[in-house]
Amino acid sequence: MFGLELYGMPSMIDRWLIRAAPDGTILATGAGARLRVGRENQMTARTLVRNAAGRLVPAEVNGAEQTPFAGVGGHRPSGRKAGPKIATCLDYPADGDKRAGSLRVALERVGLSDGMVVSTHHHLRNGDAVANMVFDTAADMGVRDLMWFPSASFPVHANQIRHLESGVIHHIEGSMNGPLGDYCTAGKMRGMGVLRSHGGRWQAIQDGEVHIDVAVIAAPTADPFGNANALDGPAACGLLGFALADSIYAEKVIVVTDNLVPFPCLPWQIQGNNVDAVVEVPSIGDPAKIVSGTTRVTESPDRLRIAELAARFCAETGIMHDGFSFQAGAGGTTLAFAIYLRDLMKAAGVAASFARGGSTKYMVEMLREGLIGAILDGQTFDLDGVASMREDPRHVDTSPFTSYNFHGKGYFASMVDVAVLGATQVDVDFNGNVVTHSDGRLLHGIGGWQNCLAARNTMLLVPSFRDRIPVIVDEVTTLCGPGELIDVVVTERGIAINPRRADLLDAVKGSDLPIRDIHDLKAQLDRICGVPQTPPSTQDPVAVVKWVDGTVLDTVWRIEG
Amino acid sequence: MSTNIVPAHAGPSGEKIRSDLVVRYEPGEAALAVRMTSKVAYLYGEAIEAAARRVAAAFGVTTGTLVVEDFGALEWVILARVETCLRRAGFGAEPVLPAPAPGGATPRVRERLRRSRLYVPGNQPKLMLSAGLYGADGIILDLEDSVPPAEKDAARILVRNALAAMDFGSSERMVRINQGELGAADLEAIAPHNVHTILLPKVERPEQVERTAAKLRELAGHDTPFLMPILESPLGIRNAYEIAAADPSVVALTLGLEDLSAELGAPRTPEAWESFLARQTTVYAARAAGVQPIASVFSDVRDSAGLEAYVRRERGLGFDGVGCIHPRQIPVVHRAMAPSEAELTRARRIVEAAREARERGLGAVAVGSKMVDPPVVAQAERTVRLAVAAGMLEE
Repeated sequence: MFGLELYGMPSMIDRWLIRAAPDGTILATGAGARLRVGRENQMTARTLVRNAAGRLVPAEVNGAEQTPFAGVGGHRPSGRKAGPKIATCLDYPADGDKRAGSLRVALERVGLSDGMVVSTHHHLRNGDAVANMVFDTAADMGVRDLMWFPSASFPVHANQIRHLESGVIHHIEGSMNGPLGDYCTAGKMRGMGVLRSHGGRWQAIQDGEVHIDVAVIAAPTADPFGNANALDGPAACGLLGFALADSIYAEKVIVVTDNLVPFPCLPWQIQGNNVDAVVEVPSIGDPAKIVSGTTRVTESPDRLRIAELAARFCAETGIMHDGFSFQAGAGGTTLAFAIYLRDLMKAAGVAASFARGGSTKYMVEMLREGLIGAILDGQTFDLDGVASMREDPRHVDTSPFTSYNFHGKGYFASMVDVAVLGATQVDVDFNGNVVTHSDGRLLHGIGGWQNCLAARNTMLLVPSFRDRIPVIVDEVTTLCGPGELIDVVVTERGIAINPRRADLLDAVKGSDLPIRDIHDLKAQLDRICGVPQTPPSTQDPVAVVKWVDGTVLDTVWRIEG
Repeated sequence: MSTNIVPAHAGPSGEKIRSDLVVRYEPGEAALAVRMTSKVAYLYGEAIEAAARRVAAAFGVTTGTLVVEDFGALEWVILARVETCLRRAGFGAEPVLPAPAPGGATPRVRERLRRSRLYVPGNQPKLMLSAGLYGADGIILDLEDSVPPAEKDAARILVRNALAAMDFGSSERMVRINQGELGAADLEAIAPHNVHTILLPKVERPEQVERTAAKLRELAGHDTPFLMPILESPLGIRNAYEIAAADPSVVALTLGLEDLSAELGAPRTPEAWESFLARQTTVYAARAAGVQPIASVFSDVRDSAGLEAYVRRERGLGFDGVGCIHPRQIPVVHRAMAPSEAELTRARRIVEAAREARERGLGAVAVGSKMVDPPVVAQAERTVRLAVAAGMLEE
């Protein structure tokens, strides 16, 4: 059959689609229907439809029918939220001691079997040892065809390539960078990759698009009941917000820790009442690769210039005013932005009501100086950030639920005055790409990027070109953020304001900021870099990019060679 | 000529090469082959090979192999690297020049602010790409100390192409050439490419300036670039005035403290008393000759407080500008070179009074009950210009 030839190994696909049936749990969310749809759609696996953004996207992904992107705010899912089977306390020890002797014992206890969805989380970043441990153990157990559902993957997780090759893992739905990105883009993965934002991951869990069978949570501190936090222990990373949805909605939850404390582990961000088993291991990760001792600011003159221009833009347009709010990450340029902004805030005598992290020592200093009222932190990037979260009640942990979830009754991201973000490409219609290189190779995950576009003012801080590769292009290779949500593009060669934002264009009249039409910038790049050839691509989808509401925004195509 | 053709290569070595290109030529009997690899081949592969072939054709290279390893070099860099390689291999011809930048034809201006001048190593294209964006009063493409002896030819070709292809914005386009014969070759290569000002290293006698100026008139006609001699030895300091006054093309006089302190046998200290006389002498000589006195660089890039104090001190001695080795020093320098509020208030009063006097046809200028002499008026006007440049004052 057409589709089966395309994706190869029909028996695997069958197993993948059928896997939910014996268990019964998925049937509650309509797996029976999905199964039939899936089989029918194998005939049309290559059916591509054009979505509201004009992008060609697969009508069906990994056996599930998809809703093509319907425009920003154009999709309103209905029905009831998904959930795990009803549990009973009768099945758990009354003394609260859920320890298992090893990860294998725990995985056997929760019934890990072929075709299940297994989730892990990226709060330990490139220092994480747990995700690799899970799939190495699954391989030892002889389990096959798992779907790995990480909140993000890092280069350390290239270990999973051998499990993809051997059949332990069927496919990945989560960010894929480096070797995993190359593997997927080369079309070697059996299923299709699905890239979601942090908020989109919560959305997919909550509306049943993805049902997690086993969540394995790496916990820097935990007690035998399963309460866990990330404030102490050798792998202390600040918070566990990325694992929160999994702890609530997964069928089975395993907590893995290298810092077991007696009950009660205080405070608990992960509640033991959701946890099936607790495993103690010598180490959950390499602390040196989890948070940095100190965060260093970029020394690149171009990046510093971009950051400074962005901060001045906020000051001169009045986006920076007393009581405003901002989101800035720990990436080189956005961190420098926060530092320039701090100077401008001091000079103007204004303070922010709150800031959303990625926190670093610089944001912590601003909190202590009274320049920020509270830090609502999604992840902590250095030891000062972890210490502040532990000690300062104004520095609080958040999760994709509070910050980003499409199915929430509101979320923080849309209440932020200004979010500054990076991008791999932005086009003359202000559409942004954050997942692929300009050759179409997977390069980054979406992270919270799409979700942050909900801010009142979204600014992309990007170099105009990187080693001859233009960042401002006619059309992004992969659409991740619709241009109507991207307000300002700041490059070292000037600032482009989205024509939709007449208010911002008015606000900079008379300013000596280098405001430029984005087409002029693009034309200048064509002169500096030369007009590029059209890179080769195929019509074989290897992954899709979801929008925050679960619809399919764009496709990542297989690359030859 | 073809009997002397040898294998050759050009371009940087080492890990993590960016925005540059490594090229090798191997002589051979078969028709010319170009073997190209590039991380941007999917976007610019055809353009890279075409550029390499264009240079080869101009140099009459019809056989052998060009092995081109590209790391995202812009076209003017590719042309320079391939040319360097072929010249090293023994070929010679008129160069293939890159297309000129639309904004590259800025005029040279004798009287202009020279508060900051940013040194950019002449053999590192990556650092040139954005050099014009930081608002430095001048960009110095350096062929001298920042280029190792074995790369002098490569840097000369690269700087020539940069002058031809790059728009350095409102910055003065400057080049520091080498001493002696290398310097003469540098002059020949760069003189036709709208270089505004040439820095002459280690000038000790006025004849050096005269010779250079004569050579430039020979190369570029009457519209010759300006000169900025660098005093780097006790003898140069001793002859400071004669050097500054040696030729009308001199616009500024500066000094290099590293070499000077080595020759003096007086190690550099933060207080810099060992160079006090040299710095004062430079200011006196420059002012006496009617050119701008410009101070040396401050080399601790991270110490912006130290830089600011340094600039204020040098400005206090009478210097009009300092050298910068990192773009982040530029705003600090401009801030520190700006006049104080009190200076500005006084200068504005004087300038205003001078204007009134002119309008009323009066010869003498008075501020309150005090008469003001013409040099004071000139200095006040300079202060107002500095204030405008520093954004303290509307035009």
